[in-house]
Amino acid sequence: MVLIYTEAQNGQFKKASLEAITYGHKTAQAMGTQCAAVVIGNADNPASLGQYGASEVITINNPNLGHFDSQTFASAIAQVAQSKNAQVVILPHNSSGKSLAGRLGIKLNAGVVSAANTLPTVEGGSFKVKKNVFAGKAIAEYEIKSAVKILTLSGNSVQPETGGSEATISSMDVDVPASKVTIKETKLQQGDTAPLPEAELVVSAGRGMKGPENWGIIEDLAKAIGATTACSRPVSDIGWRPHHEHVGQTGVAIKPNLYIAAGISGAIQHLAGVNSSKCIVVINKDPEAPFFKAADYGVCADLFEVVPKLTEAIKKAKA
Amino acid sequence: MKILVCISKTPETTAKIAFKDGNTAYDENGVQFIMNPYDEWYALVRAVELKEANGGSVTAINVGPAANDVVIRKALAIGADDAIRVDADPQSAMFVAKQIAAQAQGYDLILTGKETIDYNGSSVGAMVAELLDLPYISYGTNLVIAGTTATITRDIEGGEEISEAGLPLVISAAKGMAEQKIPNMRGIMMAKRKPLNVVPAVAADDLAVATSFSLPSGKSEVKMIDPDNMDELVRLLQEEAKVL
Ligand SMILES: Cc1cc2nc3c(=O)[nH]c(=O)nc-3n(C[C@H](O)[C@H](O)[C@H](O)COP(=O)(O)OP(=O)(O)OC[C@H]3O[C@@H](n4cnc5c(N)ncnc54)[C@H](O)[C@@H]3O)c2cc1C
Ligand SMILES: Nc1ncnc2c1ncn2[C@@H]1O[C@H](COP(=O)(O)O)[C@@H](O)[C@H]1O
Repeated sequence: MVLIYTEAQNGQFKKASLEAITYGHKTAQAMGTQCAAVVIGNADNPASLGQYGASEVITINNPNLGHFDSQTFASAIAQVAQSKNAQVVILPHNSSGKSLAGRLGIKLNAGVVSAANTLPTVEGGSFKVKKNVFAGKAIAEYEIKSAVKILTLSGNSVQPETGGSEATISSMDVDVPASKVTIKETKLQQGDTAPLPEAELVVSAGRGMKGPENWGIIEDLAKAIGATTACSRPVSDIGWRPHHEHVGQTGVAIKPNLYIAAGISGAIQHLAGVNSSKCIVVINKDPEAPFFKAADYGVCADLFEVVPKLTEAIKKAKA
Repeated sequence: MKILVCISKTPETTAKIAFKDGNTAYDENGVQFIMNPYDEWYALVRAVELKEANGGSVTAINVGPAANDVVIRKALAIGADDAIRVDADPQSAMFVAKQIAAQAQGYDLILTGKETIDYNGSSVGAMVAELLDLPYISYGTNLVIAGTTATITRDIEGGEEISEAGLPLVISAAKGMAEQKIPNMRGIMMAKRKPLNVVPAVAADDLAVATSFSLPSGKSEVKMIDPDNMDELVRLLQEEAKVL
């Protein structure tokens, strides 16, 4: 049995959860077993997870699981894993998945590989999986030797695939202590774009922007394609942009389908966080800017002229 | 208040990445090592600030070989009072967490960095918390302690969350929790006299280890686009790259 931890927001399953089910389904097939999803709390239509490959959905409702706390949630998931004899537990590589994975590793005496980005190879008794290390500058293959294996799945590594059928639903009672953490406030960004770690399209800008008052052209471009905005570190350090936009080795690491960088030189620490993007477009007026070496498409020109032109061209193509 | 800060050592951010022994091990030859930035800039500096404000002590802990003493001395120069080095060559997060947990009795607060920038595991903090049966709050960007209560702001996807928990607990530190601090001459001199206790490792299995490494396949040559022809770029993004 391969067990997937899923999460819903406002009733809707998160994309990271659907990716994890597709990944879990394929892993289960390779191991000759089935894939089950665990849902804690409320979600609309849990049976729909069958579409993505879950043959069974286990729902848990317990008053002590009213808000996310890695301690209580890990306890609940471990109980499901044990009662279902899970050989593999898969979680999304996001803030909750990461904090659960380590705890589950200890509870289930299981080896943990975080941010796996390819399907595992299962041969005989051996279980191996790859992940990026050194901020994307290398790939490591890990072998997990324990009976139970825990993986967190790096976002945007697989696309959710539908085609399965409805899943059977069962609810399970778990025994968890009250949470020792209270949530005082949750502030979510307004707006309809995806949060940066999950975004498929990202428009990013750096010190070449000269000042925060010039960001309008970046926001217009982002809006035209429905992208999330990001920035280089110095830009967030000096307060031109909020710190959650900072991408790179010491900021958020992302792997969107498209990363457009304007006025960013492409320092190695910046590249470390973005070089797993599927397609990179660099706009820089300096032909020697190191970022061009990491780009798929480059435009060597003044960004203040090129960015609005690109926005217009996109609007025209979409019209 | 007794604070334990977990510090790890990572290659300097511009270090070349190469492998040896048939691509089974990282080649450390000629590589400069630094304290993991999240551990140094955020976890350690905030711990020192909290000690200065509330009294108590800061202990830095590292699981690693004697070569790591340079990095540990830097932590002492930044303001840790003493340090523990668990003498071992760690191969997995689980091994590291078990070593730290074995030394972590009696602390009110245990801080880690949000992740190491080499293996990017982001798992040691959660493992330590589980081993000690403590709450764990990841990606803290702000930490205030009043009496025995910690108030933490943390990053979540698409926003932030403010939570409260009683001590003791484990927190991982992200950008925002503190500002990088350069050790001064006095700190560096004092660090030489501060205790660095070397202790043997406890038995622990490595359940998941890296067995081979490879480098990503190189990017193909960049295609330069005429700045006056953004229609062409849009066409390529739609038809060739298929990302729009
Ligand atoms: C330990 C460490 C960790 C770091 N972590 C990160 C990290 O996580 N993320 C990160 O981003 N950085 C990080 N850095 C900083 C990094 O080394 C660079 O300093 C930083 O990325 C540079 O930001 P930038 O490209 O915006 O600015 P600059 O390097 O100043 O580049 C500005 C670019 O804009 C171009 N430009 C200027 N005007 C125009 C115009 N009108 N039109 C077009 N182009 C123009 C210039 O040609 C130049 O290439 C780190 C550094 C260290 C030491
Ligand atoms: N060898 C080590 N010694 C002490 N602390 C460590 C070690 N490795 C990791 N840590 C701590 O655990 C955090 C998360 O590491 P990781 O799970 O490897 O990403 C780091 O930021 C450190 O605070």
